[in-house]
Amino acid sequence: MVDVPYEATVDVPPAEVAEVELYHPKSWWTQYVFSQDAKVIAIQYSLTATAIGLVALVLSWLMRLQLGFPGTFSFIDASQYLQFITMHGMIMVIYLLTALFLGGFGNYLIPLMVGARDMVFPYVNMLSYWVYLLAVIVLASTFFVPGGPTGAGWTLYPPQAILSGTPGQDWGIILMLSSLILFIIGFTMGGLNYVVTVLQARTRGMTLMRLPLTVWGIFTATIMALLAFPALFVASVMMLFDRLLGTSFFMPALVEMGQQMKYGGGSPILFQHLFWFFGHPEVYIVALPAFGIVSDLISTHARKNIFGYRMMVWAIVAIGALSFIVWAHHMYVSGMHPHFGFFFATTTLIIAIPTAIKVYNWVLTLWRGDIHLTVPMLFALGFIITFVNGGLTGLFLGNVVVDVPLSDTMFVVAHFHMVMGVAPIMVVLGAIYHWYPKVTGRMLDDWMGKFHFWVTFLGAYLIFFPMHYLGLLGVPRRYHDIGEAAFITPSVHTLNAFMSVVALIVGLAQMVFLFNLVWSYFKGRPSGGNPWRATTLEWQTPETPPGHGNWGKELPVVYRWAYDYSVPGAKEDFIPQNQPPTTRAIQGAAT
Amino acid sequence: MVVAIILLLVAVGSVLFHIYSPWWWTPIATNWRYIDDTINITFWITGAVFFAVIAFMAYCVFRFHHKEGRQAHYNPENKKLEWWLSIGTAIGVGAMLAPGLFVWQQFITVPANATEIEVMGQQWQWAFRLPGKDGRMGTTDVRHISPENPMGLNRDDPHGQDDVVIESGEMHLPVGKPVKVLLRSVDVLHDFYVPEFRAKMDMVPGMVTYFWMTPIRTGTFDVLCAELCGAAHAQMRAKVIVEEESDYHAWLEQQKTFAELSGRSAVTKATYRSGGK
Amino acid sequence: MSAIVLFMAVIAVIVGWWLSQQRLTAKPWLEEGSIDDFPGTGAMTVPAAKLGLGVFLAVATSLFALFISAYSMRMDMVDWRALPVPALLWFNTGVLVLSSVAMQWAYVSAQRNNMDGVIFGICAGGASAIIFLIGQLLAWRQLSAAGYFVASNPANSFFYMITAAHGLHLTGGLVALGRTTAKVWRGAEMPQLRLSVELCVIYWHFLLLVWLVVLGLLTGWTDDFVDICRRLLS
Repeated sequence: MVDVPYEATVDVPPAEVAEVELYHPKSWWTQYVFSQDAKVIAIQYSLTATAIGLVALVLSWLMRLQLGFPGTFSFIDASQYLQFITMHGMIMVIYLLTALFLGGFGNYLIPLMVGARDMVFPYVNMLSYWVYLLAVIVLASTFFVPGGPTGAGWTLYPPQAILSGTPGQDWGIILMLSSLILFIIGFTMGGLNYVVTVLQARTRGMTLMRLPLTVWGIFTATIMALLAFPALFVASVMMLFDRLLGTSFFMPALVEMGQQMKYGGGSPILFQHLFWFFGHPEVYIVALPAFGIVSDLISTHARKNIFGYRMMVWAIVAIGALSFIVWAHHMYVSGMHPHFGFFFATTTLIIAIPTAIKVYNWVLTLWRGDIHLTVPMLFALGFIITFVNGGLTGLFLGNVVVDVPLSDTMFVVAHFHMVMGVAPIMVVLGAIYHWYPKVTGRMLDDWMGKFHFWVTFLGAYLIFFPMHYLGLLGVPRRYHDIGEAAFITPSVHTLNAFMSVVALIVGLAQMVFLFNLVWSYFKGRPSGGNPWRATTLEWQTPETPPGHGNWGKELPVVYRWAYDYSVPGAKEDFIPQNQPPTTRAIQGAAT
Repeated sequence: MVVAIILLLVAVGSVLFHIYSPWWWTPIATNWRYIDDTINITFWITGAVFFAVIAFMAYCVFRFHHKEGRQAHYNPENKKLEWWLSIGTAIGVGAMLAPGLFVWQQFITVPANATEIEVMGQQWQWAFRLPGKDGRMGTTDVRHISPENPMGLNRDDPHGQDDVVIESGEMHLPVGKPVKVLLRSVDVLHDFYVPEFRAKMDMVPGMVTYFWMTPIRTGTFDVLCAELCGAAHAQMRAKVIVEEESDYHAWLEQQKTFAELSGRSAVTKATYRSGGK
Repeated sequence: MSAIVLFMAVIAVIVGWWLSQQRLTAKPWLEEGSIDDFPGTGAMTVPAAKLGLGVFLAVATSLFALFISAYSMRMDMVDWRALPVPALLWFNTGVLVLSSVAMQWAYVSAQRNNMDGVIFGICAGGASAIIFLIGQLLAWRQLSAAGYFVASNPANSFFYMITAAHGLHLTGGLVALGRTTAKVWRGAEMPQLRLSVELCVIYWHFLLLVWLVVLGLLTGWTDDFVDICRRLLS
């Protein structure tokens, strides 16, 4: 029945993966603080990312207060507004989403899902977290240094980023660049672990095509991040040189406030190339883990295998590869050679095809399923809507000539918030509701969860959907106050005020979520080992939460793919990956 | 049930919002109607896909939500369906990309009869320059910038002497004449942005960028800066006034050339010096 | 950006080749069953550390490819003045080659269970790497004494920055080598050592390669080479 030829002579590795010297904590300190256990590191990553993410949430409130009610709040001026947007963007994209998906979910789920005892280099993994923490501390410290954090926008475009017309020109920008460099070093340490663990420490029977899509997503994203982050590293180092040593990598001859500067000859566009060579893959570094996780959420809660698993895997790989040759679509109006527009518009729109396939396969998974509208499933549905919306507006901005009027307007802001803000956050939240029982042994409260979902989803949609139309009208981004202009009607201010009020409500709903996290930890309903009746390995651990070394004495052996839900003739509507087959009856039942 | 209805409402609501939105692009003032058309095509295609996907999803939630005894259908994949969907998507993408690239080709092909004008951005104001009687603009360099010569024109370049320098923050353009807008910055990135023109481009210190357009209607338009340029980014404003040819010439007559301006400041300086002695 | 795009293409070929070995077209839902029935049901047989080093080298190559991309883009600007290559660099290059040869010696000795050879190899390799680093510092001093400061021209800035990046990588390698030496010191047996030595050797050869490419770039040979290629193509 297997219609794919293969050679049966390939070496089958020994039943036990070569015994890794498992690290054993000796004291409270090494168990909970300087721990080398991937699960503890995952929780450390997640808590740190959430903490700094809360700062970014508060910043977004302040921004919305200013935008909705300009001039009302004397404690927000133009410079501070720019500092808020910069820190909000940088924190959300890098220090929250990247760290949470790869450092948090990656660390927790990869070893469990591939059936490993731990990451392959636990010590390096621990270092990764501590360097990340240092990066976060350096970043947060910019709030307290003279001049405050940098206000250059999260893209940090030179020459503006290091000149005195921009807030945070002395300490802010230097610490920001240093923090990014630290983050990249820390991430590289972690990333090596995730990649090698997937390649190396898969348990017996776990072929690549038996991996859950979550692992595929995180794995591909990590490879991309490892290759793309050096671009940000190089750009940061070069800008630090320009700022501290007076070199002119990015700095042309210029006059600042009537003063001739000693720079000369550099190219600001060079920075943009380097930045977006990192920046575009970064979008997918956040999106691919979300794609993977949401596939597993939908499949589990619809009690149905993910539709078109192979296409899903190929699409992840294709998106990962293509995302390295689309970077200049962020630069259509940057003044680069206009002929690049043809190439980059074409590659950008081509990437829409594998992405669309993924969307189709998610909704086709729902078709004739047995859809349990649990909180994780609701978040998955919310993800599909926001992602489809944000993905489609991406077709506007990727199509070079359409981007000309829309670039640098609120349309762009609305687009990327929808597609890489709200959509991945939906997945993060859904995933937390999904895996919290595994991490703590207790269920999150369902009522609070549903309340949290509806307020967050509908609220976020109400903020960002109308925002596109402000951009269409022509409202530029990064304006603390749109001020007087003939095309700005009073209704623009009304809409802004409305979005601000909704933003406050959505933000407050997250407090309910945080309360739920704490409350359920102590009072939640005990979940048992596999509350969602899921097939993947992490739900089959002998203990919940999984103990040190994950699997007790013996590693699990995998006999099937990760999506055996509702198999005809099976007793239950799910068959765990490590359950040995009884018959091989179902072969050929499908296709 | 409720969930399915809300999901459907989101889709329907989005479409209705789109139709009845009071926020829509400003009335166009240049020849770039093609850009608006391309946006419209994109709206139609993406709108249809958006509605179809969400409505289908809502239907699935309505029809297949969990009930006692329901069992999901076992269906790992359907090659044919997936291929058809991919091909359909590719066609849709092509239908957006092709007109886009076609219009982009026009966008970057400047007609030969376009007059050059120059816009210079600096923190946080705009300056403009028109070629003088000789129809050519003189060379510039950031190193020449001084309080007397804020646009950094080369004093030794004969072409620059009759250039018209406008620092009042009010630029006039004749209607119906194609213009190539040369963009220059002396300090940081700026972006010459007039929503009604549709076209825009970053101004990058150290290089000259451009776009072209033909104004098609008269009026006064706000100039904004669309690329973050520092603390007063939002206050960097100017006006462009598109008017009939005769009005334009009347305005042009009153403007000072570079030679007149520098002569005047040279005179003032001389007086000051002699006064000091 | 051609250097980095080229490098990405190489990576894509490697990844594509590897994926093509992984039966990505298999239909996993049909492959229920006992593990030995299906090939590739377990992990790779390469040691984790070696694979980790391989991945790290890809990251480091990406870093240097980006430096080179930036270099070649910046070079096209009008203010570029190539800087004279200090003669000392040739000496340094020789030392670094010697260092690699010594490390190779250690590797071969480790394969042959010759502990003395290993000790000789890593000591000589480490010592010459340190001499190389000192030589690089001296080259910096010579240049700045001759008035070629880091900020006076982009060519100088790149020279200092790229040599610094290379030097820091080598310093990192010395730390790893130091740990291997410590293992020898503590009297580790050959089987435990073999892998550590091998990893160090791979890293050393990698850094030698990077240095040669960087040197070619700084002396302008790469330009000539690219020009010749271009002429051949057109």
